[in-house]
Amino acid sequence: MSDDESQTRDAGFDEWLDAAEAGEAYYLECANGHGSLPPRRVCPDCGSTELEETALPESGEVATFTVTHVPTPAFEEDAPYATAVVDFGPVRITGQIVGVDLEAIENGLEVEPEITVSETTGERVLSFSPV
Amino acid sequence: MSNVRVAGVGLTSFGNTPERTSRDLFAEASITAFEDSGVPRDDVDALLYGNFMGELSEHQGHHGPLMAEAAGVQAPATRYESACASSGTAVRDAVMRIRNGEDDVLLVGGAERMTNLGTAGATEALAIAADDLWEVRAGVTFPGAYALMAQAYFTEYGGEHEDLAHIAVKNHENALNNDKAQYQSAIEVSDVLEAPQVSSPLGLYDSCPLSDGAAAIVLTSEEYAEEHGLDAPVSITGTGQGGDRMALHDRDHLARSPAAREAGEQAYADAGIDAADVDFAEVHDCFTIAEVLAIESLDLFPVGEGISAARDGRTTADGETPINLSGGLKAKGHPVGATGASQIAEVATLLSGDHPNSEFVESGTTAVAHNAGGTVASATVHVLEVDN
Ligand SMILES: [Zn+2]
Repeated sequence: MSDDESQTRDAGFDEWLDAAEAGEAYYLECANGHGSLPPRRVCPDCGSTELEETALPESGEVATFTVTHVPTPAFEEDAPYATAVVDFGPVRITGQIVGVDLEAIENGLEVEPEITVSETTGERVLSFSPV
Repeated sequence: MSNVRVAGVGLTSFGNTPERTSRDLFAEASITAFEDSGVPRDDVDALLYGNFMGELSEHQGHHGPLMAEAAGVQAPATRYESACASSGTAVRDAVMRIRNGEDDVLLVGGAERMTNLGTAGATEALAIAADDLWEVRAGVTFPGAYALMAQAYFTEYGGEHEDLAHIAVKNHENALNNDKAQYQSAIEVSDVLEAPQVSSPLGLYDSCPLSDGAAAIVLTSEEYAEEHGLDAPVSITGTGQGGDRMALHDRDHLARSPAAREAGEQAYADAGIDAADVDFAEVHDCFTIAEVLAIESLDLFPVGEGISAARDGRTTADGETPINLSGGLKAKGHPVGATGASQIAEVATLLSGDHPNSEFVESGTTAVAHNAGGTVASATVHVLEVDN
């Protein structure tokens, strides 16, 4: 990522990271109860355009995970690191698992959002830590 | 509706040629395809060309006219970008254009130059097939995304790394006679299990290599092939395309590929066949787990049974349904934008009896090519049949 790109915020996404940092993570809920992530104007499940920011459940469960040893250059100094898909019920979210030994990560582990910083780039990273 | 004939195919060697430009790679593949077809360049109505990462690896956009020029074709040209399914998508559109009567002769193919980026650069380039905001920025790599699917598969259906290792061993074995393949070397299960980890549970030998290469195919209408007396015994009789949510976490199921299932069902219905009619298949094994998901999505094996198919000898060259007789992406190589077209070329050659591994499918008449993009947010499936 170039300096210019990193200085320009991605509307919707960076606000979400701000909210998660403040302990106020949310998802978008449509009129029919489908969950999705911003930036978004239309529910990808049903086409509803009535999307409402709804509080994300306080914790979710690791649905699957991997420990990456060969990263992209943006995470060169961070490897090895764990990435997981975490199931919050109405929505699943992908992030890094922190605050626990890599060997101790397992499916079903209960985690909550925690915004961390990449050791390589200093950029914010969507992460999760055990509850 | 016109039948679509595979008049000629051309492949470069796949491998590590960082200094070769994609225009040079595609030119070579196209020369072979034209020679194989007997079709004059002047008769080509259009070029449909697949490429994924040309902006990153060659600082080049607008590939269509560049590649038409490289192939010596004076016709309109369009680039298709659909991640690793780029040229499968180009083939599908070509089939539909010929069937519609819009065109008689199309040059279809793709190329990718990757190794000049190095491992780190190519890893970064491949990752852009995932959702940049919600996956890549959390550190998801392309192998990492398939590792997430592998772990989900093991959890849901069972299986272990050793099952996957047999897929890599099989595909290396199949490539031994394929002189276009990147690896013509046998490996053993222990090599796969002991290789350095890339993203657990996947290691270096679960992963296809970084590859440079190109593929080209000349497709014609049935009428054109007849009028010009072409030797073109293989037809594309079925085409299908499926789509899914971009990010893996938004899939209904983390260990299945509904887009590929949808594409397969469409292609089978289009060709008027069932999965049971498929004699062999080339599938998109960018990682060993991807072959499992592919053969299950194509209904060649029930969900949950694909994992043991290679280990049980059911998909080996002498098995009931040989998979990836070319060596697959794993051993033949995976120049991303060329892969879908190269699968069509391999299947056509296997069916016509001109492939080094044709002996394993001598009685085969019907085969499938499965091409997937990203974590299978895009998929195309084609059915090919040979005249008796
Ligand atoms: Zn909805």
